[in-house]
Amino acid sequence: MRFFEYEAREIVKQAGIPTTDFGFATSADQARPIAERIGGPTVIKSQVLTGGRMKAGGVQFADTADEAAQHAEKVLNLEINGHQPRGVLVDTRAEVKQEYYAGVVWDGIRKQPVLLFSDMGGIDIEEVAEQHPDHVGRAHFSTLRPFSDFQAKEVIASIGVSGRPLQRLTPILTRLAKLFLERDMTLAEINPLGELADGRFVALDAHMDMENEARPRQQQLLEDLGIGDEETRQAREPTEFELAGEEVDGMDHRGVAGNVTEFDGNLGLVIGAGGGSLTLFDAVRAHGGDPANYCEIGGNPSVRKAAGLARLVLEKPGVDKIAVMMSIVSNTRVDIVARGVVKACLELGHDPAEKIAIFRIPGAWEEEGFKILDKYGVEYTDRSVSMHEAARRAVEKIQGSADGGADPSEMRQTTSEVGAESEPA
Amino acid sequence: MSILLDSETTFIVQGITGREAVNLTRECLDYGTGAKVVGGVTPGRLGREVHGVPVFDTVAQAVEHHGGPIDGSVVTVPPAFTKDAVLEAIEHDVKLIVIVTERIPRSDVAQMVERANEKGARIIGPNCLGVIVPDVIKMGGIGGPAKDAAKAYTPGPVGVISRSGGMTTEMSSTLTAAGLGQSTAVSIGGDAIIGSSYAELMPLFEADEQTQAIVIYTEPGGRMEAELAAWVKENDSRLPIVAFMAGRFMDEMPGMSFGHAGTIVEGKEDTASEKIARLGEAGIQVAEEISEIPELVKNRIGVTA
Repeated sequence: MRFFEYEAREIVKQAGIPTTDFGFATSADQARPIAERIGGPTVIKSQVLTGGRMKAGGVQFADTADEAAQHAEKVLNLEINGHQPRGVLVDTRAEVKQEYYAGVVWDGIRKQPVLLFSDMGGIDIEEVAEQHPDHVGRAHFSTLRPFSDFQAKEVIASIGVSGRPLQRLTPILTRLAKLFLERDMTLAEINPLGELADGRFVALDAHMDMENEARPRQQQLLEDLGIGDEETRQAREPTEFELAGEEVDGMDHRGVAGNVTEFDGNLGLVIGAGGGSLTLFDAVRAHGGDPANYCEIGGNPSVRKAAGLARLVLEKPGVDKIAVMMSIVSNTRVDIVARGVVKACLELGHDPAEKIAIFRIPGAWEEEGFKILDKYGVEYTDRSVSMHEAARRAVEKIQGSADGGADPSEMRQTTSEVGAESEPA
Repeated sequence: MSILLDSETTFIVQGITGREAVNLTRECLDYGTGAKVVGGVTPGRLGREVHGVPVFDTVAQAVEHHGGPIDGSVVTVPPAFTKDAVLEAIEHDVKLIVIVTERIPRSDVAQMVERANEKGARIIGPNCLGVIVPDVIKMGGIGGPAKDAAKAYTPGPVGVISRSGGMTTEMSSTLTAAGLGQSTAVSIGGDAIIGSSYAELMPLFEADEQTQAIVIYTEPGGRMEAELAAWVKENDSRLPIVAFMAGRFMDEMPGMSFGHAGTIVEGKEDTASEKIARLGEAGIQVAEEISEIPELVKNRIGVTA
């Protein structure tokens, strides 16, 4: 999960790394006293989780508190790349002698964090690494043994930085490396790390990404920053449809029927599991299909949950049919998913045979599942039909019936037959 | 032969009294020649049995009861306790650790891997279904109940490595249906940092006489495929590799996570299209569909269809 700059700066500050005096404001009236406290030239920075702030006019410079308030007003109303700012950061406009870069990321191949440092700060580190490799120092470090100052010192000295800067930068990089591990970050970056006219070093901007999996154990930090569980901080805000999907998945603790992502096509997908969903979504598109959604079923969800997911997808405006497909299942029971999707159709007054374009879930309890589908005339296949072939059939069906189905009132049947859930042994 | 496991491999199940672990234990005992599950560990449950397997409070007790070193452990405990369980197993000289648990933070995984490296142990996973040697032994939930696993997996010349547990079975089943059995199939896990990557398993398959080709399932996110491509180029591998890449649609959606924790496009180099290009450069064929895989394998190992 990404942090806003004002949060990232707070995290940096808490770790004992010096920053300029700053404050967070959500209105011009809040911005003014912060600028007054800072008491000199300030920078007003839009707080959005996207790049390109400067270019879009989301960073403004002010000489007085009144000017700061005016700029805050403007920046608060400026949408950047489709993002409405959370607020503004009112920051000291420091006189910077030189900009440096300090960062920590994971190296998934070495399976260790790597500390990065450059004396060319303020620009993208990847660009520096490509064009001026001799200006980037790096070193992997252990997650078992405590990080020691010398490790930071070596990285800084490796690109020829010596004297007072070396001495002053060493504890900053050490604290950054420690904070990376202690806070379960996947990226901890100070860029630029500014050397001021008086020789002090301060974090002028920071970028922090924390691992979602670590949220439970970083609860205190999130609480301190006022970040609630409902804030997912994904690359884009969840849609209403996606939030409804989360609700379905949260119905009970049995398995997964969620990870719903909205698309705008006409073929609803009830697919799984993790890798199977990725494969099937590609397959539908490869055959010219237009998915209405992405989702994942797995870990043997309840009938209720499977039905909830199917229902959500079926009710999505513009969805004509659903395709129910998975890679071979060994844990999830075929019959339970079959019951769920048939139940959803019946509850909505649809004919399962017409609404379910194809059912391709081979594996555990498939005979029982296929019996249910036989009863309702739903087209299904076993493992002899490939995932791509099943996707192709679903696409063919939906393209052949773009003008809608039969009168739903004629199709209404009792749901009691499939409503009874049989639990796995 | 096989890699990682054979009929003599002994292992324990840490977290054996959990619902999924009880099922998993049954499956492993039933499959092939019957796995030698020599114990289970759940703190506070000493003296119980799970399908006849004795339960202990500690790994040390399990080792003592067995009367000698235990080869492996399947770890299926909640994410907050996984690191400790794995460190405990490593401390008692368990050499092969399959971590089933998902949602483990990366720093924990990195610590486990670092410790494993120090002690010469190997980790498979986390967030994986384990390892199977068709008709011989399985370690983990891979393939499901014994009769289901028997339907999908047969012995043969193909080594399978997959970031998705379910797709390990789907691909193996497709190979089986085409008359191509598997030497060993490994579900390596879907996280950003895992104990054993493709390139790290290749030397084992390379040394295994039974294996004549490799089939891999890959996804966007991470650099493991680039690592494999580099390995193949540097080592002049005797094994042809056929790959399948899922999640191509994700290239249009950077920053969004789908499927597995490690499946996310974060930069230019971890997109599906970039990976396909990299694999191709190394002579690794990338199938458009799963159903094409057997034909591609047969062409490369000179078996006529």
